[in-house]
Amino acid sequence: MGTLRIENHPVLGPAQAGRTVVITLDGQPLEAVEGEPVAAALAAAGIRAFRTTAVRSEPRGIFCAIGRCTDCMMVVDGVPNTRVCVTPVREGMKLERQHGLAPVRKPGDPA
Amino acid sequence: MRNIAAEVAVIGAGSAGLCAACQAAGAGAKVLVLDENRLPGGQLFKQIHKFFGSSEHQAGVRGYEIGKSLLDKAAASGAEILLESVVYGLRSDRTLGVVRRGEHFTVEAKKVVIATGAVENYLPFEGSTLPGVMGAGAAQTMINVNRVLPGRKVVMVGSGNVGLIVSYQLMQAGADVVLLCDAAEKIGGYGVHAGKIRRAGVPIALSTTVVKAEGDGEVSSVTLAKVDGRFQPVAGTEFTVGADTVCLAVGLSPMTELAWMAGCEFTFLPAFGGHVPIHGDDMQTTLEGVYAAGDITGVEEASTAMEEGNLAGVSAAAALGYLSETEAEERTARIRNRLDGLRSGPFGIGRKKLKDAQVLAMREFKREGEDSL
Repeated sequence: MGTLRIENHPVLGPAQAGRTVVITLDGQPLEAVEGEPVAAALAAAGIRAFRTTAVRSEPRGIFCAIGRCTDCMMVVDGVPNTRVCVTPVREGMKLERQHGLAPVRKPGDPA
Repeated sequence: MRNIAAEVAVIGAGSAGLCAACQAAGAGAKVLVLDENRLPGGQLFKQIHKFFGSSEHQAGVRGYEIGKSLLDKAAASGAEILLESVVYGLRSDRTLGVVRRGEHFTVEAKKVVIATGAVENYLPFEGSTLPGVMGAGAAQTMINVNRVLPGRKVVMVGSGNVGLIVSYQLMQAGADVVLLCDAAEKIGGYGVHAGKIRRAGVPIALSTTVVKAEGDGEVSSVTLAKVDGRFQPVAGTEFTVGADTVCLAVGLSPMTELAWMAGCEFTFLPAFGGHVPIHGDDMQTTLEGVYAAGDITGVEEASTAMEEGNLAGVSAAAALGYLSETEAEERTARIRNRLDGLRSGPFGIGRKKLKDAQVLAMREFKREGEDSL
């Protein structure tokens, strides 16, 4: 099958080498490139369902990829409703699939 | 709450906004550009194809190269670009509500340029919420910016330029475009783009639409059908293809929320994406000192968005007294000339007519205002 990462591109050339870091998805370790959107790291690993809906528990994944649609929301380092298509990967990041609507964070809540 | 004073506040650091900022700041105005993203440039950096037009429209130059030079120009112009800044409110007195990294503040501006762009349209069908169904622009961001394939086997829905170009770019990135369909009976985009993907062996199914995407938790097959004269699927014509991704290239809608909120008057131009704020030759909306430029005034192309941004920037700078009437007239005449060039030919002339209608609506609005005095 080969990788989903586009290492060489006929127009853009070779991909910029980034630092490979380890993040976790629901506790499972996953390799990602530091600074890339979390959604890209998940897509590169072949993971497409990022959350489930509140009423019918249907899966949702990438839809707009530019932070507009909120389909890709996950719990990132404990913060729910995070749009992972515009959230950069940091080493040790903890991702959880979000189920339903999480409560909105209030001032003073842990970040 | 903190308040920032700006002579010109530009909302959106894409094609139109950056050009407006360059023009206004270049003329001497204090310009603040606000953008919700982590990087400026809007959608230019995912455009890896060469632009059309003549040399003065930077034809033959790839979108991301135009983006890079625009960022250099903006930096040299002295305009300040504030990123990760979501403008969530705009009042008719040109006060902006902004949130940036959790901090709320206001911006009070003498002139505002709304350059918020457009958002991709959605197409509902059975299974259209399954992971694997996404905007064509989303796929384009994934491959050209994030350098990751969103899938390996793609069905593209829509034969406009976005559908055609993104299909080709998906193939350049290593994906297989199994089929491109359009409910219309003719290809919507340029023949040169359609030719490229045809030569690459992609079947183009016209008068055909997607009726169903299926799969266990994500897309694995797509069912399509012929449509009748009223775009309804014809029973018995269904066929199914194996695909893990469906890309929707079914048009864009201007992102007009702030213009509505501020109280701009609108006109309805379906071919421009729906409701668009009416504006004059100078890009000023019906609100004094509030300008609009780019896709928010009607979905066109990056090249036209840049020129509209130029117009708005020159107009705002002139209104603030940074350009003499003669200087402003000379500059706007040159920009309008280039815009007319972009809005010509079999595809552009229709857009020229729509723009004229928009400006005419502005004149009528002004005349009504005078009549009521």
